[in-house]
Amino acid sequence: MAKSETAHEPLIRISKREGITRTQSWLIRLLSLLLALIVSGIVIVCIVRINPFKVYATMASGAFGTSKRIWVTIRDIMTLLCISVGLAPAFAMKFWNVGAEGQILVGGIATVVCMKYFTGLPTVLLVLIMIVVSMLAGAVWGFFPGFFKAHWNTNETLFTLMMNYIAIQITSYMVALWENPPGSNTVGVINSNNEYGWLPSLFHDIPNLDFGWNVIIVMTVTVAVYVYLRYSKQGYEISVVGDSVNTARYAGIRVKKVYIRTMALSGAICGLAGFVAVSGASHTISTSTAGGRGFTAIIVAWLAKFNTFTMILISALIVFLDKGASQIASKYGINEYVSHIITGIILFFLLGSEFFIGYKVKFRHKAAAGQEVSK
Amino acid sequence: METIKYAVQMRNVTKRFGSVTANDRVNLDLKQGEILSLLGENGSGKTTLMNMLSGIYFPDEGHIFINGEEVSIASPKDAYTYGIGMIHQHFKLVDVFTAAENVILGQDETEKFDRKAVSAKVRDIAARYGFDIDPDKKIYEMSVSQKQTLEIVKALYRGADILILDEPTAVLTPQETDKLFAVMRNMKKDGKSIIIITHKLNEVMEISDRVAVLRKGEYIGCVETSQTSPQALTDMMVGRATTLDINRPDPVNPEPRLTVEHLTCLDKDGVKRLDDVTFTANSGEILGIAGIAGSGQKELLEAIAGLYPVQSGSITYSPKGKEAMNLVGMDPMAIKKSGIAMSFVPEDRLGMGLVGSMGMTGNMMLRSWRKNKGFFVNRKDPNELAKQIWKELEVVTPGTEFPVRRLSGGNVQKVLVGREIASSPSVLMTAYAVRGLDINTSYTIYNLLTDQKMKGVAVVYVGEDLDVLLALCDRLVVLCGGQVSGIVDCRTITKEEVGLLMTKYRKEA
Repeated sequence: MAKSETAHEPLIRISKREGITRTQSWLIRLLSLLLALIVSGIVIVCIVRINPFKVYATMASGAFGTSKRIWVTIRDIMTLLCISVGLAPAFAMKFWNVGAEGQILVGGIATVVCMKYFTGLPTVLLVLIMIVVSMLAGAVWGFFPGFFKAHWNTNETLFTLMMNYIAIQITSYMVALWENPPGSNTVGVINSNNEYGWLPSLFHDIPNLDFGWNVIIVMTVTVAVYVYLRYSKQGYEISVVGDSVNTARYAGIRVKKVYIRTMALSGAICGLAGFVAVSGASHTISTSTAGGRGFTAIIVAWLAKFNTFTMILISALIVFLDKGASQIASKYGINEYVSHIITGIILFFLLGSEFFIGYKVKFRHKAAAGQEVSK
Repeated sequence: METIKYAVQMRNVTKRFGSVTANDRVNLDLKQGEILSLLGENGSGKTTLMNMLSGIYFPDEGHIFINGEEVSIASPKDAYTYGIGMIHQHFKLVDVFTAAENVILGQDETEKFDRKAVSAKVRDIAARYGFDIDPDKKIYEMSVSQKQTLEIVKALYRGADILILDEPTAVLTPQETDKLFAVMRNMKKDGKSIIIITHKLNEVMEISDRVAVLRKGEYIGCVETSQTSPQALTDMMVGRATTLDINRPDPVNPEPRLTVEHLTCLDKDGVKRLDDVTFTANSGEILGIAGIAGSGQKELLEAIAGLYPVQSGSITYSPKGKEAMNLVGMDPMAIKKSGIAMSFVPEDRLGMGLVGSMGMTGNMMLRSWRKNKGFFVNRKDPNELAKQIWKELEVVTPGTEFPVRRLSGGNVQKVLVGREIASSPSVLMTAYAVRGLDINTSYTIYNLLTDQKMKGVAVVYVGEDLDVLLALCDRLVVLCGGQVSGIVDCRTITKEEVGLLMTKYRKEA
């Protein structure tokens, strides 16, 4: 019999880890971050021959170097967070909404419509109208995939993805319609003369609190969604449907209704992110208003395990890496791909650490290996 | 005297999963050409032990000898090298392939697939041991028993001399079991060594030469079947004498509670799953429902619970002293809203009865989440209930927030049954309430059901073990192919008669 070929213990064995404490799991994450910095440091030295510590310092300065940069970083964190929080209800239901891009765009278009056509309103009223209208637009964009999934069990990933392209086409059309100046193929900064429809500064006396309202709106939504998913009846329904549709039916939950309602909600929050991006940040609209953040938010939501508070941290990390990457690219005049390699390495290690939190890896015992040799 | 040759010897084999020790220094001997029963309650480590023999798990400690030589089995492929073939509870077959294609699957990729030669060899094996198999039949056209036969043929085709059967009779009718046992005896005559895992003591007594007993991961001992008795084996299994009798008091004031008339249900593909089913469930009585797996039991209970579409017929609920109402067309929420206290323990515990990712509290809420007014859920009362069930039913869990998915099967069932009984039902339906549970937990469930019966609840018990059905229930509805083939009194009918009814199918008129 072919005994000697197979007669050994496998070199690596992977088994599930039980009962890991929170401190231990954060320690693993921290360790992986350190490891990531070391590895990318080696990569930096090898490829571009720059002192890696300088590179890291540059990254930090790119995100937090000046008070203006800090506020831009915070603004971008808030927009990304808002989208991620919007995905949370759908994802908790195992409804893979990859249509945030489209939902952001229609929310943004709705905001611009208000800015352009609802003239002469007091700021507070206008802002409230913009919030409602952008959320409605996003809700409609979320409603359709939810409705079709509920009634005909269509694939929500494909459906929401396709809805993105519709939204992009509509945006192109609107950009052509609102083109300013003509021939520029952009909308330009809307109402730049009177800042009508711009989210105001939180306190006029403190000039640097430019994006204070963004923070307040997004943090409110973050807390609200957390409470909604955790403590409300509808949140409970979402968790049950996400775990097992049959159990939900058994418990008397009207699954179709939950699908539609939750997707409308998810779309509405992403639509609100569109409002935040337009009225609270860029004050313009283009097909790149969403800028892929609808997809980045999927990573944020997954890394945060759909916990909206953890999403704050993850969004901050991703925006920080992004800002840092473009800063080193411009400061050292290196190819942007190099900086993407660095962020890639860091994300890879962070994602990889989740594996080591869930599982432990055991190598073959030295003694056993020795016996094997002596045979 | 001839020395005994051992096909398998396991010495001090230990396997741990995290903090749980599934097998603790277990010894096991399988003689060449014998049938050995491996007996033990659920969670006693039988399947884990066999998985180490078939290369699915690798032991943490201990030695395994095959035909006297020490070996190391690191993968199922290794197991085949040593002539070990395992037939799992859940078949590992590709539905859209034929029997012959499944047999050849995963083998020697270098050779050209010679369909004829494989079919011929399969037929040859079938003829030698008395299997009934068609090599060109697709898997999805096969019955459960045919699939199992194919799994055995597959093992033999690959040259297995040592066969492990993990609870092979759980899915078979009495007649099919007899057939399987005949085949096993033929294989034994041919010099094959067989290990059979089973819960059913009568089968142990019937088929095996020796019986090895495990209890809570430890090896208790091995006895000659001819030298032992079911009572002695039960004692070894559970560690102390337990009575095998189920207490069955007479029904109290039975009156019709649930009347099902001419119920017919079709599945998605338009196949009749229930065909003109008529019976009455009385209060204060346990109504058993017997039948081969897949005879319409699941559809029947789900139709009553409002989860399965009804084609025609009526389901009438007659509450005490109130007007009767027809349940057809109501979904579970409508049933609940009309004030009918119906409890249902479905067959698929984690897929329908419970939310696996939630703890006991979250699962208690499945029944009560809509009760309070307002936007937010009430977690306090469900939490109290969870604690009460935890204590009263001795659920083994680290806490009420620990995901029920990670509990053992028996504890999962305690959570489910506990919740359903706690809602003080007037109709309690259970599907395979004790499937996969050990003897002690099973008795806990039987007692709980009998308590409910004495409280005047109409209990419907879908079961698979005929001995239990006949000992626990008052009346028995026998289903066959979606039809009622008989309604009998459990106190007077014999097991053989029920077995016969289970296969008595009326052709369409």
